[in-house]
Amino acid sequence: MNYWPLLGILLVVIGFALRLNPMLVVTAAAIVTGLLGGMDLVEVISTFGKAFNDNRIIAIVWIVLPVIGLLERFGLQQRAAAVIRAMKNATTGRLLLLYLAYRQVTAAIGLHSTAGHPQTVRPLVAPMALAAAEKQHGELDEATAEKVKSYSAATDNVGLFFGEDIFFAIGSIVLIQQTLLTYGYNLAPLELALWAIPSAIAAFLIHGARLIMFDRSLGRRPR
Amino acid sequence: MITLQWLYALAGAMFAGFALLSVLDPSNPKRFGNGAFWGLMAVSLLAGDAIGDLANGVLVLGLAGLAGLGLIGRSNPPTTGAEQREAFSARLGNRLFLPALIIPATALFGTLIYNYTPVGSFGWFEPKRETYMLLAVGVLLALATIFAWLRPPAIAPLQEGRRLIDAIGWAAVLPQMLAALGVLFAAAGVGDIIGAMARSVIPEGSVLVTVAVFGLGMAIFTIIMGNAFAAFPVMAAAIGVPLLIQGYGGDPAVVGAVGMLAGFCGTLMTPMAANFNLVPAALLELKDQYGVIKAQIATALPLLVVNILIIYVAAYW
Repeated sequence: MNYWPLLGILLVVIGFALRLNPMLVVTAAAIVTGLLGGMDLVEVISTFGKAFNDNRIIAIVWIVLPVIGLLERFGLQQRAAAVIRAMKNATTGRLLLLYLAYRQVTAAIGLHSTAGHPQTVRPLVAPMALAAAEKQHGELDEATAEKVKSYSAATDNVGLFFGEDIFFAIGSIVLIQQTLLTYGYNLAPLELALWAIPSAIAAFLIHGARLIMFDRSLGRRPR
Repeated sequence: MITLQWLYALAGAMFAGFALLSVLDPSNPKRFGNGAFWGLMAVSLLAGDAIGDLANGVLVLGLAGLAGLGLIGRSNPPTTGAEQREAFSARLGNRLFLPALIIPATALFGTLIYNYTPVGSFGWFEPKRETYMLLAVGVLLALATIFAWLRPPAIAPLQEGRRLIDAIGWAAVLPQMLAALGVLFAAAGVGDIIGAMARSVIPEGSVLVTVAVFGLGMAIFTIIMGNAFAAFPVMAAAIGVPLLIQGYGGDPAVVGAVGMLAGFCGTLMTPMAANFNLVPAALLELKDQYGVIKAQIATALPLLVVNILIIYVAAYW
């Protein structure tokens, strides 16, 4: 077996570890991997270009930016923070726990593309979480504010990943079904979706417990 | 029928606007770099299918070069200041949330109505892509509402959008680059090599160890590729089907479904999944680009263990 293409992976790992610009790292890794896999340079660049073109759907989500930017211009983030400040019992952990449940449930019924980092986390969830943290903790130092924002994004990811597979018509379920079918196992998508439920519950419990612990650590520090 | 091409045209026009406004912004010392970068994105979205694979490849090299050489940077388009925003927030009140909720609500209810009522039979949208189309419909509705209500300057949507896209920078394009890298990894046979290596570390006769290697393999290969979809067929072929299902008689539904979720634990821990881990760090303007990953590791590791145990218990009881 030709093990040389693994050098491409090594390049990626080193590049990310050294925090080189990921765009350069990825491009270099793609070219090296392709060359070591037996393609010539033109072939590598063409394959890379075709794959980039085939994946343009990833860029579609940015069309929300003009709306988000306009709403920020009119004070949306400040409004989101004001609402949380007006709530007596709002805490960062409870807020994110609620969002985790919302994200898991909506993803589980096939609505995974309706929320996300540009659509909901930046304009709403993160400013709300920050406002709640300020209520619990007093003014936030930079490290704490970073942590609150990181937890907001992390909660979106966990909710999405461990909710979406309960919906039987999603890409990953189709992929599992098609892959196992080639070995003669013809499973119903619903059967596969059912087995995503235990992990979804575990994800809610584990991440939820961490959010509550995060709440405690925010409350403990001086106001 | 509204197809993806319409969306590419819409997004392409937006990026063309960003490019033009970048070049015309004398306050930004990197205005030409920004203009070229978003201009190339516009070309890709508007004409990607027409220019051929090699030209697309050269275009991607151009994007990587502009980003890698530090030729793009943040800008300061005209917008409101913090005090003005507080004043707007106080004056406009909670009605401000309505336009923000138009996008998710249109996508949510639109998708439900389109899929579960006879409306879907009209075939307005390209099959399986209706949520993306409805996302665009929501964006246009939200823009119309904001203009009717708050009357911002006509150029404001593009300027505000440019402010955000420049804050995100090259991270906006990286997910697409990584998807393309995955295709090259696959073409070069990286999957087969990893599968063979994973199989070679398993001792015979231990179901638990085999399940653990399968789950860990899914996670590690996902960390490398940035995507559990790339890992699943490889690990299924190497371990899942021949050993766990055929060898030890495990339930294929459990092995398949939970195996994929073990891979998702890997997605939480890798910068290669830029869409989920690096893009939000840029969007939220974090100092540490790995901040989101660090917040996720303590969820991902115990969850991986739980997934391995679920396979072990549920597939073999």
